[in-house]
Amino acid sequence: MWSSCNKDTADRTDNLAPLNAANIDLNAGTWKPILLSRPDTFAVATPLAVNNVNYVAELNEIKGYQKNLSGEQKNNIKYWAAGGVLRWNEIMRDLTAKYNLPPYQNADGSYPIPNSANPFAYPLFPFANPPYAARAYAYISAAQYDALVACWYYKKLYNRPAPYKTDSSIQAMVTKTDLPSYPSEAAVLAGVTAEMMKLLFPTEIANVQQKAIDQENAAVMSGAATRSDIVAGEALGRTIAQQFVARGRTDKAGAAGGTPAQWAQLEADCAAKGEIPWYSLEFPKRNPMLPFFGNVKTFLFDSATRVSLLPPPPPLTKSDQMKQETEEVLSYVKNPTRENTRIVHFWADGAGTYTPPGHWDAIAAEDFILKNFSEVRWARNMALLNMSVMDAGIVCWFTKYYYYNPRPSQMNPEIKTLTGIPNFPSYISGHSTFSGAAYTILAHILPENAAKYTAMANEASMSRLIGGIHYRSDCAVGLTVGENVGAYAIARAKTDGAE
Amino acid sequence: MNFVRFLKNSIGASLLLCALSPAAVKAQTDQDAIMMMKNNFCVGPVYNYGSWKNYWEGTLKRENLNLGKVSTQTYSVMGNYGITSKLNVLFNMPYVKTNATAGTLHGLKGFQDLSLWLKWMPYEKDWGNSTFSIYGVGGVSFPTTNYVADFLPLSIGLHSTNFSGRIIADYQVGDFFVTGSGTYTYRTNIKIDRTSYYTDQMHQTNKVDMPDVAVYNLRAGYRTHFLIAEAVVTRQTTLGGFDIRRNDMPFPSNRMNMTAVGAGFKYTVKSLPALSIIGGGNHVVAGRNVGQSTSFYGGIFYVLNFSHAKKTSQDPKQN
Repeated sequence: MWSSCNKDTADRTDNLAPLNAANIDLNAGTWKPILLSRPDTFAVATPLAVNNVNYVAELNEIKGYQKNLSGEQKNNIKYWAAGGVLRWNEIMRDLTAKYNLPPYQNADGSYPIPNSANPFAYPLFPFANPPYAARAYAYISAAQYDALVACWYYKKLYNRPAPYKTDSSIQAMVTKTDLPSYPSEAAVLAGVTAEMMKLLFPTEIANVQQKAIDQENAAVMSGAATRSDIVAGEALGRTIAQQFVARGRTDKAGAAGGTPAQWAQLEADCAAKGEIPWYSLEFPKRNPMLPFFGNVKTFLFDSATRVSLLPPPPPLTKSDQMKQETEEVLSYVKNPTRENTRIVHFWADGAGTYTPPGHWDAIAAEDFILKNFSEVRWARNMALLNMSVMDAGIVCWFTKYYYYNPRPSQMNPEIKTLTGIPNFPSYISGHSTFSGAAYTILAHILPENAAKYTAMANEASMSRLIGGIHYRSDCAVGLTVGENVGAYAIARAKTDGAE
Repeated sequence: MNFVRFLKNSIGASLLLCALSPAAVKAQTDQDAIMMMKNNFCVGPVYNYGSWKNYWEGTLKRENLNLGKVSTQTYSVMGNYGITSKLNVLFNMPYVKTNATAGTLHGLKGFQDLSLWLKWMPYEKDWGNSTFSIYGVGGVSFPTTNYVADFLPLSIGLHSTNFSGRIIADYQVGDFFVTGSGTYTYRTNIKIDRTSYYTDQMHQTNKVDMPDVAVYNLRAGYRTHFLIAEAVVTRQTTLGGFDIRRNDMPFPSNRMNMTAVGAGFKYTVKSLPALSIIGGGNHVVAGRNVGQSTSFYGGIFYVLNFSHAKKTSQDPKQN
């Protein structure tokens, strides 16, 4: 269902050339992992020598496939040859869009909550809204990165050449490299990602498993890996994923939804400060989106730092500044220009989409394709981006529910919006915070694109003001908070051994 | 004396729009069995108001408290010119305005699609007091502005360029008639403001493949020189597309199907036979990924005779 064929309108990444790493990053086994304390925490057995009779039999398996490759198998090889981290990221974006739908209300006007213990019942688990998605992208990327660091460690240690190097009658249907093939990086990615789905998209385990098999088959049939490269790689990937799954089960995301009593308390706490509390603008009023996502465990800093990143309060709801900012929002939506509407819709990333974190992944991926990164560097850069965006989401959500500030349309019902109003408090803008964090780390990774990313983040941020769903303060402060989070990603990038 | 009796509709566009978007099904000259005489030009304004509260999310009928009642107002100028009495050219230019009574979404407005048709009557046979005739209609419609298609149900149109072919057969006995037609509409891809979208899978492109559309139309009633009163049934089938997911928003390439019933009249003023008044309404009785629209229309037409001969035009079937 995710394959790039069978479409009348071609995707931008349908016909990519095989990944051709400018640098194979042979020493990536020394890069600093995220959760693992060492790259060799989990052992990978010494492989058979290339002249061992059983290894020769594995080469014969490849030759057998290559004698009779079907068109479908060739397409599968071509699809995965473009890069495993890229393809899994695309699959993640697909899944996020598929699951990013708010549940329909019950007959009594309450809303059903997706339940990870019963994920196939409506509403399907998960509701992959922006915070959920930010966390999912980050976990997948971080786990892939750690798994590939370990993979590279063993590749260099055992130094088994690729099948096409050992046997000249094996055709390389991928780019030939000097990268050792044991354990297979494709299988590491297949294993780690398939295992992570048990946590993140439990109703998709079967589909993802099929994708993992496809990726492994592509690696073998293309001449890039033998069966033992695959088996060792998948086992390593799955083992490392379990570290991340264990973290994910205890990172407080499970409690992020809160309870009706907690929701009432948030409102009461805000009112007690003399402020007008946020309320849901949906009919019937929907419970706030993941109000305790702000307590989720961050990747790049500790919880004390998270609190220190809390911005100062928004304009008081009864202040003149708030009145002026509300007026400004109204002025944008009264007679919107076509160009403003285009900007709002370009960045909307609302229900049914891959969310703002997915949008930034798409932006990054298209540029990464041009850079010819090795798989491990792809994973490292995506992990930096997605951890930055997830942690920005955590600080943003912490801020939103700390101040519980109403949306412009709540302050003035005359404000009709150019896109849907997200169901959570206004201050600070999620788009702005995500974008601030994303552009900051991306500008570090690809400094030649810094001006472009900065402009995009500013446009994403302002799109929420001109769309009528945020005040200027929400956007400006959100961007700054995102930049502050992004600085932690840069600090990590400078010390992870990859630069 | 003859006239034109039609509605604001443009080919695929507005019929489809019936979807979760504007417009409703209407009677229209490009669908009827009436021709202007040579050198006569019939032109006038038509207003249409359509609204719905319920819609079909796929095949599931539901309301949406965050939309309330969604309405579409359409102000059109329509015209029909007789190149010959057997070959007419028609046009329609609508201005559309949408609104939702609940929720916060902003309505949209603007000039929509210009439609042009060539209508040809290759065959007509009289015997006794009955007449049988056949027509072929070829049409094109295209957006006149860069309006937003990807904001359903408040978009004013779907922004595709459409090419349509239609066969019409008409039979009149005395003062009564029945007309049947079938239309196939080819729709070009559209471009949206987003760089990706989800249908039943992710698409990493801003291009949207628009499925083609088939429409069947049956109309019958009373038809004389000064008065036409008819009942109309329209069935639209989108040949592809996908269903709206549970609690998702609609999308331009949804599978928008519907069956609508309606009635219409056209009255020609006896003391001023160049002037005619039309009116009517339609109601969607079944659908898929469309609003259950009820719509009403009214319009005024005036016939200008550009021929050298002074006498007014004649419709052979309405003597």
